[in-house]
Amino acid sequence: MAFTNENLAVAQEILARYPKPKSAILPLAHLAQDQDGYLTQDAMREIAELVGVTPAEVLGTTSFYTMFKRDPVGRLVVSVCTNVTCLVLGGPEVLEHLERRYAGDTEVTIEEVECLAACGNAPAMQVNYEFHESLTPEGAAEIVDAYKRGELTARGVSGGQVGGGA
Amino acid sequence: MSNATETRIITKRLRDRTEDSWTLAGFTASGGYDALRKALAMEPAAIGAEQVAAAGLRGRGGAGFPTGTKWSFLPEGNYPRYLVVNGDEGEPSTFKDRMLVERDPHQLLEGIAIASYAIGCNKAFIYLRGEFALGYERLEAARRDAMAAGFLGDNILGSGFDLDVVIHRGAGAYICGEETALLSSLEGDRGQPRIRPPFPAVAGLYAKPTVVNNVETLATLPHIVAMGGEEYAKLGVNRSTGTRIFSVSGHVNRPGNYEVELGMTFRDLIFSPELAGGIRDGRSVKFFIPGGASSQWLTGSDEHLDAPLDMDYVQQTFGVMLGSGAVMVYDDTTNPALVAWRLAKFFAHESCGKCTPCREGTGWIEKILYRISHGEGRPQDLDLLLDVGDNISPGLNAPFSQTTICPLGPSSVSAVVSLQNYFRDEVIAMCRATA
Repeated sequence: MAFTNENLAVAQEILARYPKPKSAILPLAHLAQDQDGYLTQDAMREIAELVGVTPAEVLGTTSFYTMFKRDPVGRLVVSVCTNVTCLVLGGPEVLEHLERRYAGDTEVTIEEVECLAACGNAPAMQVNYEFHESLTPEGAAEIVDAYKRGELTARGVSGGQVGGGA
Repeated sequence: MSNATETRIITKRLRDRTEDSWTLAGFTASGGYDALRKALAMEPAAIGAEQVAAAGLRGRGGAGFPTGTKWSFLPEGNYPRYLVVNGDEGEPSTFKDRMLVERDPHQLLEGIAIASYAIGCNKAFIYLRGEFALGYERLEAARRDAMAAGFLGDNILGSGFDLDVVIHRGAGAYICGEETALLSSLEGDRGQPRIRPPFPAVAGLYAKPTVVNNVETLATLPHIVAMGGEEYAKLGVNRSTGTRIFSVSGHVNRPGNYEVELGMTFRDLIFSPELAGGIRDGRSVKFFIPGGASSQWLTGSDEHLDAPLDMDYVQQTFGVMLGSGAVMVYDDTTNPALVAWRLAKFFAHESCGKCTPCREGTGWIEKILYRISHGEGRPQDLDLLLDVGDNISPGLNAPFSQTTICPLGPSSVSAVVSLQNYFRDEVIAMCRATA
């Protein structure tokens, strides 16, 4: 079983939202990734069973989307924008600084991403999908360090949290 | 000096009530859901045919298609039909929908309820960009609060009208902002566009009649119902009625979202001290991209800066679009080839791979622009780029033709054409210097 019992109940609630179960592939993949840190083969098999398609179809769909990670990633995924507003306001410098500083740190995965819709306060990044804006290279590293120390936390992205209340 | 200011309609609450604009209490204390009550007392068909049409409302997502006309394409007697909200904001330098979702989610839900009632839909889907974690939390909380208060769900406000709203998260694919790709994604497939016809109005989500509207479009709807369509149409200019949110970014002193009456000039938007506040360090505008990454560019010339924010005027006069309302401003220190390269890299990354001219062409454009912008260009490279671009968008004219199913491929050519139009000498000189 890939999903925990608790998340399996959430998965059933997600399935019930859609007229056709295949629509639940993306929200279920978010749920699985929030649970395991990345989209495991086991999770894709279980999602396939839940929505009534083959595991290959789940892989076919999810591999299209950059948010789904098919290999293990660090506990902290840091997504740095370098698109055209961040480009001219220091985004590439933030990316370079973080890549150097956390090279070899298994807890942190740095990735370059496309526009995050935070251009009013460029340059911007997300840590586990929490926005951090108006960055400097050193300031960005301080933020990542605060997550490492547990002083900052992220809310997660999965559709599953919907059913869970709060 | 210009003293142009904002005209806050859809951003009024989130600017005035910075402490609670996203809560049900804050929303209803500032007139929220009054328009829904008013709409539910109207004939459903009259909302589109009279209010929305009279308002002249056009889609705020990019294409500017008249909203009332879009609704009118739904075939009669074919149910169920769906409303799908495009909240997959990903056009580079556009950041208005994120603000509307995070800071006034009930306004969007009210617009969704009114639109659903108007078109006879009982199940609406919001396709929200996957990366918007806070937006999702706020929108989902708003949805549940609205259900509990009777503004969504069964028998809304005793009217007999039922509406279920599902919030669906994307997962990082720009192409899903294209409406048919969005529908494919919502059905659990790879987000690849579909050939039209059939249009979504006839065969959309689950092959049922479907309307796809942008977040800002729907957020405007309660205000049209509240003011009356004719009153709304008094704002704006020509066929560009009302207000729009412009996301101004780049080398300006006050980047941010500004809701202004259409018809204002780019100069006012960029230079007014109440708006983007002019160029940093007193520098001048070298060029700006007026409608998101997909648009062709304009320059700091008086002719361009004094152009009005009028969707049809800028299209017909300069071949550019107001698109998603993103205005990226670059000062005279900027290397235009570097900006063009980064845009090309974006389009190459986001091409869905379905159509050959786009899948292959965006990659070649990126490679050639990389070498131009990184000191390895050849003097004939700009002509090579135009040749590649011509295979994606034959003729290289705006509005663009296309050899592809959707406009992503042709959009990747906009920057190339802009280099040719305004910076040909600079680009070739750059290449000669390194040849």
